[in-house]
Amino acid sequence: MVDIQQPPVDAVLVGFGWTGAIMGMELTEAGLKVVALERGENRDTYPDFAYPRIADELTYGIRHKLFQNLARETLTIRHSPRDRALPYRQLGSFLPGTGVGGGGVHWNGQHWRVLPEELRLKSHITERYGKRFMPDGMTIQDFGVSYEELEPYFDQFERVCGTSGKAGNLNGTIVEGGNPFEGQRAREFPLPPLADVYGASLFASAAKNLGYHPFSEPASNASRPYTNPYGAQLAPCNFCGYCERFGCYRYAKASPQTTILPVLLKKPNFELRTQSQVVRINLDSSGKRATGVTYLDAQGRTVYQPAELVVLCAYQLNNTRLLLQSGIGKPYNPATGQGVVGRNYTYQMTGGVLVFFDQDKPMNPFIGSGAGGQVIDDLNGDHFDHAPLGFIGGGYIGVIQTGGRPIQQMMLPKGTPQWGAPWKQAIKDHYLYTVNVQTHGTVMAHRDNYLDLDPTYRDVFGQPLLRMTFDWKENDIRMTQFVTTKAKEIAEAMGGKSIEVKMKQFGEHYDTRIYQTTHNVGGAAMGEDPRSSVVNRFLQAWDAPNVFVMGSSVFPQNIGYNPMGLAGALAYWSAQAIRTVYLKTPGPLVPA
Amino acid sequence: MSRSEKSFSRRNFVGKMLALVPAFSIPACAPLSALRTSPAQAYSPRCFTWEEWAFLHAACARLIPTDENGPGAVELGVPEFIDREMNGAFGQAANWYMQGPFASARPELGYQSPLTPRAVYRAGIAAVDAHCRRRFGNKSFSELPATTQDSVLTDLEKGALDFENVSGTSFFGFLLQNTKEGYLADSIHGGNQNLGSWKLIGFPGARADFLDWVDKYGARYPLSPVGIAGRKG
Repeated sequence: MVDIQQPPVDAVLVGFGWTGAIMGMELTEAGLKVVALERGENRDTYPDFAYPRIADELTYGIRHKLFQNLARETLTIRHSPRDRALPYRQLGSFLPGTGVGGGGVHWNGQHWRVLPEELRLKSHITERYGKRFMPDGMTIQDFGVSYEELEPYFDQFERVCGTSGKAGNLNGTIVEGGNPFEGQRAREFPLPPLADVYGASLFASAAKNLGYHPFSEPASNASRPYTNPYGAQLAPCNFCGYCERFGCYRYAKASPQTTILPVLLKKPNFELRTQSQVVRINLDSSGKRATGVTYLDAQGRTVYQPAELVVLCAYQLNNTRLLLQSGIGKPYNPATGQGVVGRNYTYQMTGGVLVFFDQDKPMNPFIGSGAGGQVIDDLNGDHFDHAPLGFIGGGYIGVIQTGGRPIQQMMLPKGTPQWGAPWKQAIKDHYLYTVNVQTHGTVMAHRDNYLDLDPTYRDVFGQPLLRMTFDWKENDIRMTQFVTTKAKEIAEAMGGKSIEVKMKQFGEHYDTRIYQTTHNVGGAAMGEDPRSSVVNRFLQAWDAPNVFVMGSSVFPQNIGYNPMGLAGALAYWSAQAIRTVYLKTPGPLVPA
Repeated sequence: MSRSEKSFSRRNFVGKMLALVPAFSIPACAPLSALRTSPAQAYSPRCFTWEEWAFLHAACARLIPTDENGPGAVELGVPEFIDREMNGAFGQAANWYMQGPFASARPELGYQSPLTPRAVYRAGIAAVDAHCRRRFGNKSFSELPATTQDSVLTDLEKGALDFENVSGTSFFGFLLQNTKEGYLADSIHGGNQNLGSWKLIGFPGARADFLDWVDKYGARYPLSPVGIAGRKG
């Protein structure tokens, strides 16, 4: 039943965050008539992120004003296929965005690429360690695209974002002060690194003395005034301390609003419709071609939007759910290992070491940028010999001080009473004098970690919720224990009076209550083989060639870095294939 | 609400508190003296009943007491903060998925109760007061000496005190979380009046502009906190 039928368009974008904005720009530049459908509300720097109201930890940081409202839609979670899944009723371990700009509004701007070997992980591991090095049940695979192919698109996204950083590998030459382990860059970052806060400088000295190679984390928080290739302007980050979970009041954090939308929203061949909840991709009678999408508008009316091209640009969980709801691609079955949609869901692994300092050394935690800080990459990817360690993967270690918001970011020693006069004394003694050395690393794909549709629970529109089946596996616990133990050695050398390690243990279950990271990936993996991937190397659905899937949905397993730099580059890479090949001869870009 | 109505409400509340509290057992949380001096006293609860309000004051006074480290939760207006939160989206779980079926599970799967925070407070306060009356000579929680109040709160925290119709640990969890939130959040939300907690810990609040301080390693930030409404601490 359709209440409203819209005139046909060339392309419809489902979701309007980073990848939606990139695709909108690219496809309108190609002359297409494009409509973007965003389930949430419109938002912009003014009035939505304006100072001083944005400097409100309770509203934005704790009550999650800018995030997905779970009362309307959520997902269910369980630890194994044998368990009963229950709804993720309150936001906890991850925070999906909604609204114009999506997660690009309230991310930190930690803007990494990917390590070359991670894009061909299965091949790389097999070549260096042998096929048997991968434990039973691990289902890692190659992305199907190489670092060299993606390099121009990494660069393009960094230019758009005005990323601050220092190259460590310029065309094969290792450059002092950058990350010597990174893939080759064709040119330097668009902006120099952000300044380091005290804790980051202590980390860098300690790491260097121990023989590591510290460098400034690539940050899409502008270190200088900047005008990007679209003509959008960024102002320098002022270390306000309200970055992740907040919109940037300073026009300093790269977001769709600050870098793309000022140009895109003015284009005559582009239209944005907010409060438009896509519930289905419509297929023709062959089931192999999308004819458009069906959505519910703000008044609850069912609207049909015909389109020649459908691009899924929603959050990873929602892209996967929409494919399952629409019957595009065979749903994954962990019992048989057959099927692809929902396969290879992974998360990311975090840990850390708190360093408590004496009161003659204020660390001023409230001085924070989203992504400025010092990190090491020595223990990420395959930069060290894994053979004696018995795991695959790694992570980076560093001090990235994002703020000292006192409800969420208060760091107290374990065993501190939770209330009463001793608690009050403890917040006075530790608030200004604590630094977090964090670890951030890979999670490998496993056969029984996956996504499908929940048989019981529904959203406010009556659609089935997505069901996540996920728990930590031995490989990934081994990884975090190795990396976090090295982080402890660095933390011990930072000159504090005591340290405290936070590290996951074997047998520990995935805890949905505690914020860890919003780096959910997979479910619509890209790859070279239709039997193990949903989309081909150009992010085109194997089973419906006029459907493309963006974002971290397409990662076949998680990388050590924050995913947005890779997701943005893949969107530009896919857009280029659409513009140069697909639009001329619509059809599969890779033979199945 | 006009000024005179506020004053009336306060007198009304103080009167009720006096009626509730026998003269020989002025509770150690000292809500009466706080009520006479605190800016928070002018507030009339909209969610809580007067009996619940008395509990909330007594509990907040123990969770974050007034001591040599400055004003505690009651003086900074935390009961008002919690009352306002209970009438807002949080108290009514407006942004949580609250559809059934409900089932208990491993704690790692998160909150799975059909009770909103507001319902948890309502049931929790009644249950704790009933427990205290049974156990301590017909006295409600707010009438007990501080050490007894602390032991009741500790029992709740540790799960040693649980109830038929509400989880003791859930109740304590919300109570403690909201008390800390009110104490540490911007004063526009009703708590942290005069930015007392920020002065204690050294947080500059909504200043949100530190570029010239990034490289001043080991130096103490010199400016006092400021709130969103422009008030300085």
